[in-house]
Parts: sequence; structure tokens; C-alpha cells
Amino acid sequence: MTEHRDYQGAKMGMWIFLFTEILLFGGLFVLYSVTLGRYPTEFHEASKLLDVTMGTTNTVVLITSSLFAALSVVGLQRGSRKAAKVFILLTLVLACCFLVIKYFEWSHKIHAGIYPGGEALTQWEPGKQAFFGLYYIMTGLHGLHVIIGMGVFLWVWTRIAVGTCTPEHFVALENAGLYWHLVDLIWIYLFPLYYLIT
Amino acid sequence: MTTEAVNPGFMASGGKSWVREWLFTLDHKRIGMLYLWCITAFFVVGVLLGLVIRLELFWPGKDFIGQQAYNAIFTLHGVIMIFIVVIPSIPAAFGNLFLPLQLGAEDVAFPRLNTFSFWLYVLGGATALVSLFTGGGAPDTGWTFYVPFSAVTTTNVSVAVAGVFILGFSSILTGLNFIVTIHRLRAPGLSWTRLTLFAWALYATAWIQVLATPILSITVVLIIVERLLGLGIFDPARGGDPILYQHLFWIYSHPAVYIMILPAMGVISDIIPVFCRKSIFGYKTIVGSSLAIAFAGSLVWAHHMFVSGMSDTAVMVFSFLTFIVAVPSAVKVFNWLSTMYKGSIRLEPPLIYALGFIFLFAMGGITGLVLGSAGTDMHVHDTYFVVGHFHYVIFGGTGFGMFAAIHYWFPKMYGRMYNRKQAIIAALILVVGLNGLYFPMYLLGLEGMPRRYYDYLPQFTSLHQLSTYGSWITFAGLGLMLWNLIRSRYRGEPVGRNPWKAATLEWTLPSPPPTHNFDTEPVVTHGPYDFSQVRDDD
Repeated sequence: MTEHRDYQGAKMGMWIFLFTEILLFGGLFVLYSVTLGRYPTEFHEASKLLDVTMGTTNTVVLITSSLFAALSVVGLQRGSRKAAKVFILLTLVLACCFLVIKYFEWSHKIHAGIYPGGEALTQWEPGKQAFFGLYYIMTGLHGLHVIIGMGVFLWVWTRIAVGTCTPEHFVALENAGLYWHLVDLIWIYLFPLYYLIT
Repeated sequence: MTTEAVNPGFMASGGKSWVREWLFTLDHKRIGMLYLWCITAFFVVGVLLGLVIRLELFWPGKDFIGQQAYNAIFTLHGVIMIFIVVIPSIPAAFGNLFLPLQLGAEDVAFPRLNTFSFWLYVLGGATALVSLFTGGGAPDTGWTFYVPFSAVTTTNVSVAVAGVFILGFSSILTGLNFIVTIHRLRAPGLSWTRLTLFAWALYATAWIQVLATPILSITVVLIIVERLLGLGIFDPARGGDPILYQHLFWIYSHPAVYIMILPAMGVISDIIPVFCRKSIFGYKTIVGSSLAIAFAGSLVWAHHMFVSGMSDTAVMVFSFLTFIVAVPSAVKVFNWLSTMYKGSIRLEPPLIYALGFIFLFAMGGITGLVLGSAGTDMHVHDTYFVVGHFHYVIFGGTGFGMFAAIHYWFPKMYGRMYNRKQAIIAALILVVGLNGLYFPMYLLGLEGMPRRYYDYLPQFTSLHQLSTYGSWITFAGLGLMLWNLIRSRYRGEPVGRNPWKAATLEWTLPSPPPTHNFDTEPVVTHGPYDFSQVRDDD
């Protein structure tokens, strides 16, 4: 078998995969919009309980990490493996920051009994329970995607280190970057839908 | 019959262990064969479960299994047949085997991803099987996993839907692979209008797999989350809504029936011209109808929910859209019949199965309109009418498409021909058996027999017994068909490159094809159904 490289094909495959990710979250966004339409005041009340400062910080952190991801692709395309690796590490550091902040947010809520089956949440009206149910599942699934994205970047980092992802064949890094932008983009929708609807 | 040796082609052992050569293979043909064997094995299991269901329904009340076992068995029959057999059937087995060959390619676009898809398929199937023997017992929800029951039943629903999630992932990756393959790996001269209609059908199917399956994935994740973490996404007491589950479920599961039927239609569109020695009638309308089915089929899901609680406007819109889907389906049937008109028809087994498909699919399709029309659906909703309709379409349609594909490509896969007379007899037995098995269900449904019931009123006894007799005839047909194929795999008459004198690229290769497919990249100079240049090299 001859070695087969198809830059266009690899990109096309990644874009199609991103469609599937959008649809995966799409199901949850449908649930969100239907539930919001049903309980507008409860969503308004519940949203006040979220920490806007932490949410905003996380938004900035994630957008900046996306910038670094893009810079790592540009770095590799311009021939600098070192720049690419440094920017990947910066992306990973910010991704960790995001998860740490998310952890504090969640644990704060859980300590206050605001979780499915928790002593506070079960006392509240159904609309608020629905808000927090969706909040946990959507930000949780998003957090899982952040972790997966970090894994993908680590994998690409080792590929650059061993020389299978190079300035000539950089599609693996480019695709990892695309995935990361998607993760970022989903957060950009989650943030206003949960934190800013008060 | 002879035992003369056949050049093993891609099946030849390379001297390494079986596991390494097959389970870790990157060869699309080997992956296709693995799928075919797994699907066949699971199909046999599903058929046996179906026979048990029919047998239990021979008399009213308990015949030989209890109510809980009955619920588990029909759930299992549905889960195995839908998610492990029918959805992967033609695309994963014959798509993998023959799509790259029909394109003149060395392999699919992402061979490693293809192997990974197969592993996921095995893992998903195994997970679904594990759910039967562990936890609180086999799931008893029916294959639709409707809430609230699926959220509260003590049976092992979480593990079963985890299996469905993994199988869905496998299906997505196969679809993704095929889309990129068709876009990027067509041989020189193979323009879009020279693609085989099988490839076109796979293309339309792949888009549905990619765009609809993620919705099922998230839905089953929500079931698991609801069961394990106590979220109330579908529980009204906690601000959720069970109707939303039905919407999300059918947003995938209705398009999924087009994942099941479109590839079968592609097989039929490839077979009919070959055995009528005539170019297909209306190539572009068949292509267009595949894409139209894929598109319109994604907009009709709520016709499963006419009695679940929806506004009248929504009911009318979904009913109307359902009727729209009937148009491209009918276009295909008319085009196949027009292809046969004044053709030089050879009644070989693949064509017999294709004709069986057209007849049975028409029976299922027309009764689909009874269900799609809201007024009549109110009467037959959740009755045996639905069961009959679905099995006519899926067993009579996809199943017969699968059998047609096996009989069409068997000589290419194994380099041997089966006993044609037995194959035709098996096909005829199957047509009789299927009608015996499923036609009484239409009558039962019209008389008000609900689906999934363990017990029934005495006046339904004779129709139920008729259906059970039909299941035995069907079983005999399947047995004869499989026996003929398995025996011929070892003892069949060796064949040349092109026993059917077809014009597509896979028939220019030796049977079975070599591992590397084409020695030199083929250049395509004519359409897939132009038989003027077919060489008689058999």
C-alpha cells in the first residue's frame, strides 16, 4: 500500500465530526429552550444564584486558550515546532484553569445543597430544579469535552515531539485546534444562557 | 459442486495470528467481512427470539414463558435487530466491502478509523449483551426505552442504553468515513453522475448517520444520567417533560429507518439493470430521491406521536410531511419497474430477491400511509398494524435488500457460486412466509389487538396462530438460504471475475479481490449501467 495523505479529506472529516458534536449539544439546547419557554421566571430567579464573576473569568480564560491554540497552528505552519509546542502548553494551562474554576463553582453549589437530589434543590419549584438539572448536564458535558480536547492536544504534542506532525503535515494540529474552537464556541453559548439571563 | 481451489485473494493468510490479521486489519474488505459475520450471527439470535415471541402468542395466556421474560424477549429482539443487525447491516458490511471497489479506491478515507468503528461495534454489541445477564435482569422497556418507565424500572436499562450509545458512535464514524471516501477517493473519470446508485444511497445514508445519530446519543445519555444521578430531565415533578424524550428519541429513530432502507434501495438499483441488461431508468431522479428521502425523512419524526399530545397544527404538518416522503419512495419503485420494461430479464437469485423487495416494500410502504395519516393512525396506533407495517418494511425491505446483496456479491466475496435453484426456492419460501407472518398482523391491528401484549382476547387466536405458522415458514426459508450460502462458501462452483456481466468496477477484479484491490488505478470512461463494453470473461 502506498502512503496516503489527504489534507482536504482530513479537514473534511474533522468538520463533519464537528457537526455531530454540535448536534449532540443541539439536543440539549432544544431541551433548554423548551424548558426556558415553560419556566421563564424560575430560570430568571435561578440564574441569579450563579456566580457571574467566575463565569466571566472562565469565558475570558477559554477564549484566550483558543487564541493560543490558533497561534500554535500558525507557529507550526511557519516552521517553528518550538512555538507550536509552547502555545499548546499554554492552551493546556488555561484549560486547567478553566476546569479548576469550574470545580470551585460546582463544589460551592453542591455544598449549598444545590444538586439533583440535594436538600436545597429538592425543596424548590420544578422550574428551578429543571434549570439546575440542565446546568449540570450541559456544563458537565462541556467540561468533559474540555478534558477530551486536552487529551487531543497532548496527543498532538507528542506527535510534534516525535516528528510525525510537522510544518509540512500539520493537519493533526489544525484539527485539534478546530476541535478546541468548537469547545470554546459551545461555552460562548452556555455562558449567556445560564449566567446572563437574569 | 466441486471443491476445486479458489485463489483466496484478500482472505489469504499472511502468516500472522488470526487476531492480528483480522481484528487489527485495516483492509476495508476484511472489516466488511467481519461485520457481515457478526451481523449474521446476531441476526440468527434475533430470529430465534422472534420465533419465541410468536410461539408464546400461539394461545392466549401463558404458553411456556412468563410475562417478565416475554417483556425482556421482545425488548431484546428489538434492540438486537435494530441497533446491532439492521442499522449496520448493508452499509457496514457491503458498504465497507464494495464502496471502495466501486470507486476504484485502495481503501476508505480513514482505514484506522474504520477498524476503530468495528471495535466500537463489537464493544457496543457486547455491552448490550452484558445487560441481559447482569444487574436487575434484562431490560423490559421495549427497544424505544420510553420514559418514565425506562427511568424507574429496576431492570438493567443503563447498561443496555450505554451499548446503544457505543453502537451509535460506531455508526457515526462509519458514515463520516464514507462521506469523505466518496468525496475524495473517486477514480479518475468517475464523476458524480457515474457513481453507482449503491454509492449514492450510501452517501445519503451516511449523512443521516452523521446528522441524526448524535441526538440519540445525547438522549440515551440523559436516560443514564436520570437513572444514576437522579436528574429529572424527563420528570414533570422536577420540571422535566416525558414528551420531550419522545421527540428527541424519534428525531433520531425516524431518520434511522431511512438509514435502514436507503442502502437496500441502493442495492436494488444496482441489481435490476444488471439482470435486465438495460441502463437504469431515470438515474438522476433515483439519486435525487435518495437525497430527498434523507432530507424529508428528517422532518417527520413526530408522526410517531400523534396520540402523545401535540397541537392539531403540528399533527397536520407532520402528517403532510410524512406523505411527502412517500413521493421519492414511489419514484424509486416506478423507476425500477420502468427499467425492467422491455429489458432482457434473467431471473437469477439476486433479481428474485430484488423483486421480493419491491413487492414487500410496497406492502409496507402503502400501510405506512395509513399510519402517517393522523385520522387513521388514531385507530391503529400501538396495535399490531404498526408491527406488521414495520416488519414488512424492515424485514421485507432491508432484509430482502440484504439477502439480494449477499446473493449478488457472494461470488465476488468468495469466488464461488451458490446453488442458484436452492437460492430461488428459499426466496420464494421467504416471500410466502413473510406474508403469512405479517399480513395477519395488519388484520389483528385493525381489529384492535395492541402491540407488545402478553395476553389477548380469544377472538384473536386464529390470526395469531396464522402468524405463528408464517414464522415457521419464514424460518425454513432462512434456514435453506443460509445453509446454501454456507455450504457454497466451501464447495460452490468457482467463478470468474464477472459472473453476472455487470459493468461496475468491482467486477473487473478477480474473485475474491486481492488485498491491494487494483493493480493500476482504473480510469472510468462510462456510466455504471452501460453494458456495451462488458467483457464476457467468465
